Amino acid sequence: MALRVEDLRVHYRTMRGDVRALDGVSFELEDGEIMGLAGESGCGKTTLGKSLIRLDERMRHVGGTAVLDALELPIGDDRAMNRRRYTDVSIIPQYSMSALNPTRKIGKLTADLLRAKGRSYRQLRPELVRRLELVGLSEKVLDNYPIELSGGMKQRVVMVLSTLLDPSLLIADEVTSALDVSNQKAVAETLVRFRDLGFVKSMIVVTHDLSLVYQIADTIMIMYAGQVVEKAPAETIVGSPRHPYTQALIGALPEVGLEYGDKRLKSIPGRPPQLLNPPSGCRFRERCPLADRRCAEDPPVVRIADDHVASCWKVTN
Amino acid sequence: MTAGITPDAEVIGERGEHLYFALRNPKVVIGLTVVTALLLLGVFGPFFVSADPNEYIGPKSTAPSGEYWLGTTYFGQDVFAQFVHGLRSSYVVGGLGGGIAFVIGLSVGFTAGYRGGIVDELLNMLTNVVLVLPALAVLIVISSYLEVRGVIAQGIIIGLFSWPWVARAVRAQSLTLRNRDYVDLARLTGKRAPQIILKEIMPNMASYLLMTVILLFGGAILFAAMLDFIGLGPTDAVSLGTMMQQSMAWSSLHLGLWWWFVPPGMAITAIVGSLYITNVGLDEVFNPKLREM
Amino acid sequence: MGRYFRRKLLLYGITFFIAVTINFAIPRLMPGDPVSRMLSRHSVANPESSQALRTYFENLFGFDVPLWQQYLNYWTALLQGDLGVSIYAFPASVSSVVMDALPYTLALLLPSIILSWFVGNGLGAMAARNKWLDNTLLPIGYLFTAVPYMWLAILLAWLGGIILGWFPVAAGYSLALTPTLSWTFVLNLIHHWFLPFLSLFVVALGGWAIGMRNLVIYELESDYSNYLRSLGAPQRLVRRYAFRNAMLPQISGLALQLGVVVGGALVTEVVFAYPGLGSLMLNAINSQDFFLLQGILLFIVIGVLVFNFLADVVYVLVDPRTRLGLEGGQS
Repeated sequence: MALRVEDLRVHYRTMRGDVRALDGVSFELEDGEIMGLAGESGCGKTTLGKSLIRLDERMRHVGGTAVLDALELPIGDDRAMNRRRYTDVSIIPQYSMSALNPTRKIGKLTADLLRAKGRSYRQLRPELVRRLELVGLSEKVLDNYPIELSGGMKQRVVMVLSTLLDPSLLIADEVTSALDVSNQKAVAETLVRFRDLGFVKSMIVVTHDLSLVYQIADTIMIMYAGQVVEKAPAETIVGSPRHPYTQALIGALPEVGLEYGDKRLKSIPGRPPQLLNPPSGCRFRERCPLADRRCAEDPPVVRIADDHVASCWKVTN
Repeated sequence: MTAGITPDAEVIGERGEHLYFALRNPKVVIGLTVVTALLLLGVFGPFFVSADPNEYIGPKSTAPSGEYWLGTTYFGQDVFAQFVHGLRSSYVVGGLGGGIAFVIGLSVGFTAGYRGGIVDELLNMLTNVVLVLPALAVLIVISSYLEVRGVIAQGIIIGLFSWPWVARAVRAQSLTLRNRDYVDLARLTGKRAPQIILKEIMPNMASYLLMTVILLFGGAILFAAMLDFIGLGPTDAVSLGTMMQQSMAWSSLHLGLWWWFVPPGMAITAIVGSLYITNVGLDEVFNPKLREM
Repeated sequence: MGRYFRRKLLLYGITFFIAVTINFAIPRLMPGDPVSRMLSRHSVANPESSQALRTYFENLFGFDVPLWQQYLNYWTALLQGDLGVSIYAFPASVSSVVMDALPYTLALLLPSIILSWFVGNGLGAMAARNKWLDNTLLPIGYLFTAVPYMWLAILLAWLGGIILGWFPVAAGYSLALTPTLSWTFVLNLIHHWFLPFLSLFVVALGGWAIGMRNLVIYELESDYSNYLRSLGAPQRLVRRYAFRNAMLPQISGLALQLGVVVGGALVTEVVFAYPGLGSLMLNAINSQDFFLLQGILLFIVIGVLVFNFLADVVYVLVDPRTRLGLEGGQS
């Protein structure tokens, strides 16, 4: 088991009180697993990604644990967390295009970073060059400033740099959203290749693009309003989802190979509840076609199969 | 997706929210209080003192007292009377100079940013030229040729030379806004450029523009004070700058008439400083990131 | 890089051209006749000599030929370094009068600009990491930037010159001394120089400190800083990068602030009766010496342009983006 997250609670502090961005999130990630993490904007998927590597100033760790490789991640303790960052947990940020210091050559930047982490740039350089070549970049980029590279090249540099120390867990946060379609595919395939080559053990791919993550992910986890609603193998989520929210989300996707005219795209009516004082019970019930009185109580986590869980009153094994 | 959790907008409207935070931000409150208090003094003060601030009304060179709150000048003029009249001039120049600079800067910046191409090149060049010109020196030369100088004329020429900062900033902003979806949408639905700028782009820059106006206002007051001090102030009125000029000209330093030169400078510092502080506060209001938790 | 400099030089060329044209146009566009105003200053009673003087001035302005030719003549004279004759310091030429005053102004400007830039940036960077310092420095900084130059100068003259009596409050050196290269004279110069310098230094300081503080904070919140922190880089490294990058806009800010600081120097000199361009300008205004006034303006414009260009060169040396970016990256 690479990662076990239990009842994780992370709040955003605002002037009006705490926003419960993560409200009791539990899941497991196997060694070698690539998990897609999807949901609407504001469902907490980015917060979850950040919580596992670095909380920003406004986030507060309220409760719950995350254990990586049998060692608990000190989520709330920025200093202690520094020791686990990069070596154990790493991230490919959403903003790869601007993630590199614009006034430092890429080789120098890498050297600075490695030295700060107590590693030797000279020793790691051959491996760095090998990996750059693997993603189609020449050694010369180390002598370039970021501005001399195209967007796609910068993205690949960041991917190589982030995984250079072979972390156990890699968080890829909306890595494809800024790219065009052909680059999206290449990036997605590179992520799989990095896993296959053992550069990273397991991976959480945060995305709003279900159809893309379906192509590379082993499992998909769906979040809604700060909670996990369903997690299952990718085919199961797309082929036979059980939670009404997942079903609605899949229903909203254009099906590959189908004309738009054949099947109307259904958007989900209504909007997610606000998380300042979330309602008790199932959070989707206001928008759920199946909701009844029982849904006012917190739904149970139903284990449909070994690798398939959903939180809903209407789901039975 | 960005941080994603934005409950604020749902609870209270955005505008209401800004007002809510502005009225609770100590920097904004203190800054605006000082500026307003001095403004009121400048607007209403002159009605309670003699109409002619240069009138010789009392004993010469007396220190502040119950009768003459800020003492009298070397010639026996009431410093307080000059002070309130001077405040009024300063606010007029600030408002006029700042206002003109704002309008020019806004038009140039928006046109350049929105039109692009050769229009942008030319306007950008013009902006940079005026930006590089040492404004005060140019203003001094122009003013020195004017035989009759008034507060209004001064405000206008100051406005004519202090717009480039606005134009540059507005241009940069509208360049980024130009390509946003809602602007494209407006363009597709056949709205015309001025309409798009007024209805779609301006509201998105409102907070930014407000802060620009504040800075221009303060800048114009400082400019006017410097011109006045060189002796190019209004020939028909008293200003805070001319007070300082007169006090220097009649060696108040050596005579120890500190009440003559301290109040005008302090008032300018207070006005401009408060405007800056207000701006910092407004920045915190508009950028939730900067709000203290 | 070549393109960058070509553009900048074109900009400065155009600015110079426009400044000269403004200089040419102002006396001709303004209401009133500059010649008769100059004559009235000289208060010549005798109509005959008045007429002679009028012809002389009109020749100086070159009013006797068509406008386009006046303009050409103006440029020709200018390019030969001929800015006309000063009325105030008659019969000295404008260029020589300006050249006499220039060293004093430069002696005030250069040290105060450079020192305030370094000290201000240092303070600002410190404020960005220290909450306590930030809370004290920020209000003081804003206060300094809001102070009118001449008022601070007056206060310093009052405090240091009158109340404490430590410094002289007028002139560039004691008039009892003859300018020689002796220790006495140099010390005397410095003694007179100190207060006006301090005044300019202090006003500029606040702006740099605030600017640097804001820039460092902005850089610390930028994407590359967040990425480094996410990879567990120590705060030290993140700060070092942020500081370096925040310096860059401050360099171009140095050039842009120059016009303002020059204006400040002019009024500060007036307060201290310091014999630089500011005091000269005041004398020119008071004696309606428009040739001198315009000559000073031209010198200031040229100085500002040269300084701007120097700042551009420095900027290119320190920022790889200007070196590379404008040539177009590979992609």
